[in-house]
Amino acid sequence: MDWGAIIQNSFRGFIGEPFIYFSLAAMGLNMHYGYTGLLNFGQAVFMAAGAYGLSMAVVTLGLNFWWGLLLGIVIFPLLLALIMGVPTLRLRADYLAIVTIAASEMFRIIARSPSLDRWTGSSDGLTAFANRFYDFNPFDKQKRYFFGLFIGNQMWVVLVGWIVLSIVVLIVWMTMRSPWGRVLRAIREDEDAARSLGKNAYWFKMQSLMIGGMFGALGGMFRAIGTQSAQPQNFITDVTFFAWVALILGGAAKVGGPIAGAAILYGILNFTDVLLRQLVENGYMPEAIMDGTQVGQVRFMMIGLGLILLAIYRPQGIFGTKEEMALDDR
Amino acid sequence: MGGVQLMTAFTGVRRSAMALAFGLLLLVGLGAGASVSAQESGGEVKGNLVQKDDDGERVGVPGVTFRAFDESGAEVSSTTTAEDGSWSMIVPEGTYDILLDVETLPAGVSLRNPDKNPASVTLIDGSSKSTLFPLGEAEASSAGGNTVIQLIVDGLKLGLIIAMCAIGLSLIYGTTGLTNFAHGESVTFGAVMAYLLNNAGVFGVRLHLIPATVIVVLICGSAGGLFNRTVWRPMRRRGASLVAALVVSIGFSIFFRYVILFIFSGRAKRLRDYQIQEQWDLGLFRLAPKDLVLMIISVSVLVGVASALQFTRMGKAMRAVSDNRDLAESTGIDVERVISLVWICGSALAGLGGVLFGLTESINWEMGFRILLLMFAGVTLGGLGTAYGALFGSIIVGLFIQLSTLVIPTDMKNVGALLMLIVILLIRPQGLFGRRERIG
Repeated sequence: MDWGAIIQNSFRGFIGEPFIYFSLAAMGLNMHYGYTGLLNFGQAVFMAAGAYGLSMAVVTLGLNFWWGLLLGIVIFPLLLALIMGVPTLRLRADYLAIVTIAASEMFRIIARSPSLDRWTGSSDGLTAFANRFYDFNPFDKQKRYFFGLFIGNQMWVVLVGWIVLSIVVLIVWMTMRSPWGRVLRAIREDEDAARSLGKNAYWFKMQSLMIGGMFGALGGMFRAIGTQSAQPQNFITDVTFFAWVALILGGAAKVGGPIAGAAILYGILNFTDVLLRQLVENGYMPEAIMDGTQVGQVRFMMIGLGLILLAIYRPQGIFGTKEEMALDDR
Repeated sequence: MGGVQLMTAFTGVRRSAMALAFGLLLLVGLGAGASVSAQESGGEVKGNLVQKDDDGERVGVPGVTFRAFDESGAEVSSTTTAEDGSWSMIVPEGTYDILLDVETLPAGVSLRNPDKNPASVTLIDGSSKSTLFPLGEAEASSAGGNTVIQLIVDGLKLGLIIAMCAIGLSLIYGTTGLTNFAHGESVTFGAVMAYLLNNAGVFGVRLHLIPATVIVVLICGSAGGLFNRTVWRPMRRRGASLVAALVVSIGFSIFFRYVILFIFSGRAKRLRDYQIQEQWDLGLFRLAPKDLVLMIISVSVLVGVASALQFTRMGKAMRAVSDNRDLAESTGIDVERVISLVWICGSALAGLGGVLFGLTESINWEMGFRILLLMFAGVTLGGLGTAYGALFGSIIVGLFIQLSTLVIPTDMKNVGALLMLIVILLIRPQGLFGRRERIG
């Protein structure tokens, strides 16, 4: 058993790449659910929009990297928010839930379809679109940085990620103190009351869906850049719920909630992941119970269990308050 | 570090010598850097050649040769499949014809689509493409008979199965207000239990599919009742919000799904009985006998459920609770008893639907989740919370899915149904049979 590797990997989970991808996605969900009360169960599609916006612009359409950023962060998420929001935002909350989860499934089918291979690369996805990003890398590719946790390219992804994450935190913090943010929270508390004060609840909800979706797209784009590939299986339906667990764990409607939640979540996930792998590799785990391929499935079970336990026993999360926002509110 | 990462990445591959060689090839292909510097070394084309054995398990076909030809027709590379059927070639950037050497296939094995051999593949540097060469008999196409009518029959079959699964979903929603995302897992559970009884056997005894189905329906019904008892009733007692309940149901959906994957493995499997049947050519369309039986079973079950809802005391009570819970309670209906019966019947029907679906297609760990989304489409079309609406909506969705293959590629047929879901919400959110005041 290599305890050094276990501790190192758990610590990496706290601050590393998945933490960045999912805290960005969870920041978006916080905008949707925490502040506006929208049940978006398709954040993975917004993430995919970011990833595929960039990669399709560069690989399929042959545009340059900057157009890819525009397509991935702005245009794709906006279109997606319109498609999912227009039919559902006037209806009861669970219709948005159904449509967003259906959109995830549609994405999966379309992205994996061999008949669109020319556009999306089907199940292999698209690669080689992020060279431009790594051209700016000031770190040495061969060296290790930050207590030896990251090699040069990873360090560059993580550093840019931290910066972007700080900017997003700042944006959320400022908008939520503004009149606009107060309207969102008013809609969350009582939509009819907000409407009777002359606020166009539908349009405010749409704006929230768009902006939160853009944060999600940023997270997905980082995932595509960090792994150097945009693949359908990185954005399947279940991916959304990693962000949900991060959000509820940290506490919805808290600016820092998703970040704390994502850090704790990935600390725990990496810890169990490496621990189980070490147990399997060193022969401590009976083969009848688990082999190497099954280790990856355990983290999904933990996400499911996490959702159940949080929703029942700690709906306000670790740092949230029941008065402000809890899963159990209405 | 690169090697270590690769090894962790490849724990999924069985640790044979060939997997190691495969890993080494990748190392050469990607450069030893951590999956980053892949600029100058060409692309990888790979695949997994599998066939179905007698139990419907997918097994690799070893020793088959693949060759890559460039655009001038010169052979660039060749390889042979490993013990598990996997193969991989590293070639420079460009467009290639990948040819499966039919001579090297084992006796009795042939390509399903001989006209798709060689397959054309375009590779750019650092990319990796999978190429599929399905083996086995060509799938029964609509040769003979009218395509549209064939699709209508297929669609009807699919729609009936969706309807059977969806009634529970709709009734649970109607009586408790819960959109139960874990309902799809009841479907998977039914199919997996049927596989267990029919193929694997319990205590060495393999049951024939018909008694197995009866047992599965009983097991699923009791599992549904137990699920309600242990999870949902306590939550209702505590007055948990519907959003919390929704999230809990999603949690269970993910948890159950991956537990099933953990135990059942990711391979698609087929039931042992009634697998291969000669199709009847009925002039206008073709139909296997099992499909006819399946349609008769589903129609009679659905008619039975509908008349039970219409005429029996319990059915009336269910509809009353669905309509207005408080009013029903004040007229002396034991609402909790109705709800628990709804859970039992709904889960039993979902389990039966799972077995029937497993009979027409294969059984895999996420089939229920796929069907769940089709159920949502059907239920929304019919009107969420209405039993008859779910029935008609699902059948329309089934028809729509099959008929849409006239226009869009078959592998994307479910997209049509999901798009329909969005369009319905846009123009008639309460569905065909719903009432307007439910919404908003």
